[in-house]
This record gives sequence, C-alpha cells and structure tokens, in this order.
Amino acid sequence: MRLGVKRLPDDGLLEVRDLKKYFPTKRKGVFVRAVDGVSFRLKRGEVLGLVGESGSGKSTTAYTILGVYEPTAGQILFKGQDISTGLARRPLALKKEIQIVFQDPGTSLNPSRTIGQILGVPLAVHRIGTRAERQQRIAELLRLVELPVDFMYKYPRAIGGGERQMVAIARALATNPSLVVLDEPTSALDVSVQAKIINMLMKLQRELHLTYLFISHDLSLMRNVATRVAVMYLGKICEEASTPELFANPLHPYTQMLLSSIPVVSKAEEATKPKRIRSTGEIPSPVDVPPGCGFHPRCPFRTEACSREEPAMREVEEGHFVRCHLLGAGVPGDGQIH
Amino acid sequence: MADSAKWRERLGRAWYKFSRNRLSVVGLVLVVGIILLALLAPVVVPYPEHAGAFVDYANANLPPSRTYLFGTDVFGRDIFSRTIFAFRGALIMAIGVLVTVVPLGSFLGLVAGYFKGTRLEAFIMRITDVFLALPPLILALAICAMLRPTLFNSMMAVCVSWWPWYTRLVYGMARSVRSEFYVLAAEVAGASKAHILFREILPNCMAPIFTKMALDVGWVILVGAGLSFVGLGEQPPTPALGTMVSDGAKYLPHLWWNSVFPAIAIMVMVLSFNLLGDGIRDMLAREEA
Repeated sequence: MRLGVKRLPDDGLLEVRDLKKYFPTKRKGVFVRAVDGVSFRLKRGEVLGLVGESGSGKSTTAYTILGVYEPTAGQILFKGQDISTGLARRPLALKKEIQIVFQDPGTSLNPSRTIGQILGVPLAVHRIGTRAERQQRIAELLRLVELPVDFMYKYPRAIGGGERQMVAIARALATNPSLVVLDEPTSALDVSVQAKIINMLMKLQRELHLTYLFISHDLSLMRNVATRVAVMYLGKICEEASTPELFANPLHPYTQMLLSSIPVVSKAEEATKPKRIRSTGEIPSPVDVPPGCGFHPRCPFRTEACSREEPAMREVEEGHFVRCHLLGAGVPGDGQIH
Repeated sequence: MADSAKWRERLGRAWYKFSRNRLSVVGLVLVVGIILLALLAPVVVPYPEHAGAFVDYANANLPPSRTYLFGTDVFGRDIFSRTIFAFRGALIMAIGVLVTVVPLGSFLGLVAGYFKGTRLEAFIMRITDVFLALPPLILALAICAMLRPTLFNSMMAVCVSWWPWYTRLVYGMARSVRSEFYVLAAEVAGASKAHILFREILPNCMAPIFTKMALDVGWVILVGAGLSFVGLGEQPPTPALGTMVSDGAKYLPHLWWNSVFPAIAIMVMVLSFNLLGDGIRDMLAREEA
C-alpha cells in the first residue's frame, strides 16, 4: 500500500542533477568514476529504489547526497535549496532533515554506549527538548520500532541483530527527518529478520509519511517496497521507471538481465520474467570505464555504435527513462519480453 | 535497585576474570600493601625520624638485626624506615607522571587519529616520532641534567619522554575506530567534534589505555629509580630508592645491606605493579571479547 494522496506539482523533495563523484587514485590524472552523471527526482512520500551491483556507485550516490563526500560536479537540491557540499559546510538544521540507516547495525551502533545514549545523540545535538523530555522521546522511539523500553539501558552487543537494526532505524527517525537513506538495511541480517525490518520500514514510511532513498542490490525486494526504481550501472542510471512499469516492461538490456536472473520457484513466477538473458561477465572497474555505453561489453544486443557513442537518457514513456542506443531502432529484446 | 545489582554482577565477573591468574591477585595484594605502607609510613615505621637528616654514629653500619630489620647506613639510620619512606617518592613519581602523560598523550593521539590525512595529523605524529626515537631514560637523563635535581623536575623529565607512547597507542586505535560506521552516524547527525572525539571514539580506546597505564606504573618507578641512582631526583637527606642503592654500592660487598635491601624494594615494587597490570590487561581483554 502506498500513499494515496494526490501529488501536487511542487512536491519534489530532492533533486539530483548530473551528480558526479570521482575519487583520485594513486596514478595521477586517473580517477575512480564512482558516480558519473546521475540525475533523479524524489518526491515527498516516495520510495525510490536505487539498484545495482556492487561497484555500481549506488552507495556513493547516497553518501554524496548525505554529505559524507563532496560532489565532484553536479547539484543536489533539497527542498529547492542547493546542498551540494560536504557535511562540514552544511547547516545543522539540514542534518536534521536527512538521515541514514546503515547496512550493518553491528558496526553502526557504538559498542561502548547504551541504546539510550545512542538514541539521545541526535536529540542532544539538535537541542530537542529538555533532558527529561529527551528521555521520554527515547522511550517513544523504542516503542515506535516495537522494542521494549528498557532496551535503553542495554548495550548493542546484548541484543540481536534485527533488534540492533531497529535501534538504528529509531536513531535515524529521532529528529523527524524528511528524507531517510536506507543503505542496504537488510543485507547484513539473517533472512528470518529481514522481512520484519522491511515491514517495519514500510509501516513507518506510511505512518510518518517518510521519503526513502532505498539502496539495494536486490531487485526483487524493490518490487514490494519501491514506488520508483532506478537501476544503476557503472556510475550511471541506465533505466528509471515506476515499479510496476519497470517490472512489466523493462527496456534496458541490463535491467532485463537483472530481472531474468532473479531466482524463482514456481512456473507462474517464471512467466512474469523476461526470457532469460544470460548474465555474462562482471561489472568493469570504474577506473577504466569502457568507451561508449558502459554496458556494451556485456550486452547481448550491442551494435557498433554502442562502443563508440554514449547513449543519452531518453524518456520513452511518461516517467520511464532509458539510456540505450537500441531504443531508437526498436526495443532490443522486444520479441523476448512478452 | 536493578542498577546496583547489575553493577555488582559486572564487578563479580570482572573479579572472576582478574583472579583467574593467581599472580595478579598476588600483585594486587602487594600493591595495596605498598600503598598502605607508604601512606602510613610515619606510623608503621620503627624510626620515622631516620627518614630525615638524622645522625647516630654509635649505631652506624650495623648488619640486619631485630632492632634494625635491614641494618643501618653509615650515618646510623635505619634502612628499613628509610626504604618505606622512599616508597612515597617512588609512588608520587609514578602517579604524577601518569596523571600528566596519559590525558595529554591520549588527547594528542585521539586528535591525530581523528584528523587522519590532514596536516594536523602529520604535525602531531612527526613530533611524536622524534620523541619516540630517543630512549626514555636517556632523554629523561638529558633533561634532568639541565634542571635542578628535584623530584618534581625528574617527574617532568620522565613526562617529556613518556607521552609519545600514549599518543602512538591511542592514535592507532582512534585511526581505526574513526572509520567505524557509528562515527559516521554521529557526523551525519551533526554531532560536534568534541562529542565524536570524547564520546564516540575515546570510550573504545579505553581498554588499551588502562592496560598500558597499569603496566607503566612499574616502569616509571624503575626509570625514577634510575634517575635517582645517578643523583637526579629526590635529594638527600630525603630517602630515594635509587640514591640508597648507589650510596650503598660504595660499601659493597661487606656492608651489602646498604644497597641490597633498597634494590630488592625496587624489584618488589616493579614486579607487583607489573603483576597487577597483567591482571588488569586480562580482565579488560576478555571483557572486550
């Protein structure tokens, strides 16, 4: 279930324009092009799934939005305000608005501080309430993620992995942020608790009208949680569409490849997938990006133009963006999709 | 109520870990004994006045007996009384040095570790390296030689040569803790540098600091004794263990008790603090696991 509110045109929360983040390497003049021209818009109440293999730049994109890295180029607009700087130069009030849940709660909670102290940090930093009020707010936050209130006296090592992630979620929500970045929030957890975390995240999103930037390498998870999905490859978004559209009508060969490699159990599920495009090769190093389309060395439909020219992002249907040469001359896997 | 029970349980567990090694318990008993003796020296010692400028040539150079447990020195002073009084200087030295050096050295290491990759880090660590390159005793000797020989000055000299070890230790810890995600989480939340340094990073560096501190007490006492051995420390007539050993060395071997007993006292002090330190290390190391 998603927010049924009719969106107004000015409901944009975050806009990323041609964002680039290059990291220097030991060799002079050679850069790791982790994020290489990413643009997207995130509306209030939306869950944008940012999907890609490891090394595709999805986490770097998120961290740059968060201000952990300074962008090399491009703009990040938050509520219409340019925030394309590192954390050090962002105003305190902005840090209240954008929060993150990290992948592994084992390393994102300080082992020498109690849960109560951990949850108290964002409250104290932003001077929310008096000491007693903060204590109440900590209890409230624990209740929000359905943890016992007396957990505030426990140390992270004394509670389970799923519970720790709930604490990390509570910490992210402590300051009532409008944007929460979820950096693979379930991939370090046991399968048994993953569903619980996802359900909690979605419940909170509905109830608190949160906006999520949900980073994951798990495309099938996105089907259930995201309103829109952007697929990243080698620092670029290669396809972006609303979730039903992306799953029903994947246009980029890479998206098709990802979808066809989702393992399924039943025939019925198999039928929902595009015909198998065999996944070949691995993502190239972002240090030597192939010329032309970054995906062409692995693409089964590559043409001569693909290795020469970089395709531009094109809106093929309303809200469905694809970066592929083949779309002009018809959809490459058209015959195979349906 | 629940809190105090929890504390008692934690203390019980810590004691269990500590006491698993019998020698640490021996160390603890000896250290407590030494501290009590030093504190109560004027009361427990048979001849408290012998700790100062006292002369009794009639009873000079007496071998150990029931009246003079460790014998008497060339001025007829009771060596036992003087040894116990000398504990005071040795303990003041150790406490004074560690109280100065641990916060200072740790703070510099913490800052250098947090600001890794900056000029501040390079500046702090290169200075640390320079000091680390000089052996502590040699450096302390050189500094002492420039100053008037007093207990305070020898403490300062040891401090100067001791802080870099803590900087180095905490630097290494802070560098690795710095890249933990909980530090990033605090930064994203907008926490101040002071909060991150002292609340997020420092608590995770405490165990090795405590361990090193406990083991260092003995070493500082040894270096202090070394300084007073060459006459750079507490000045006569106030007793100092190193001075007593070196004064007595002139009369070896026939007046052996003059240096042998203070030397044994140094050994017992260093040994008991090291045993205690080992116990504390085991306690904290297993607490972490």
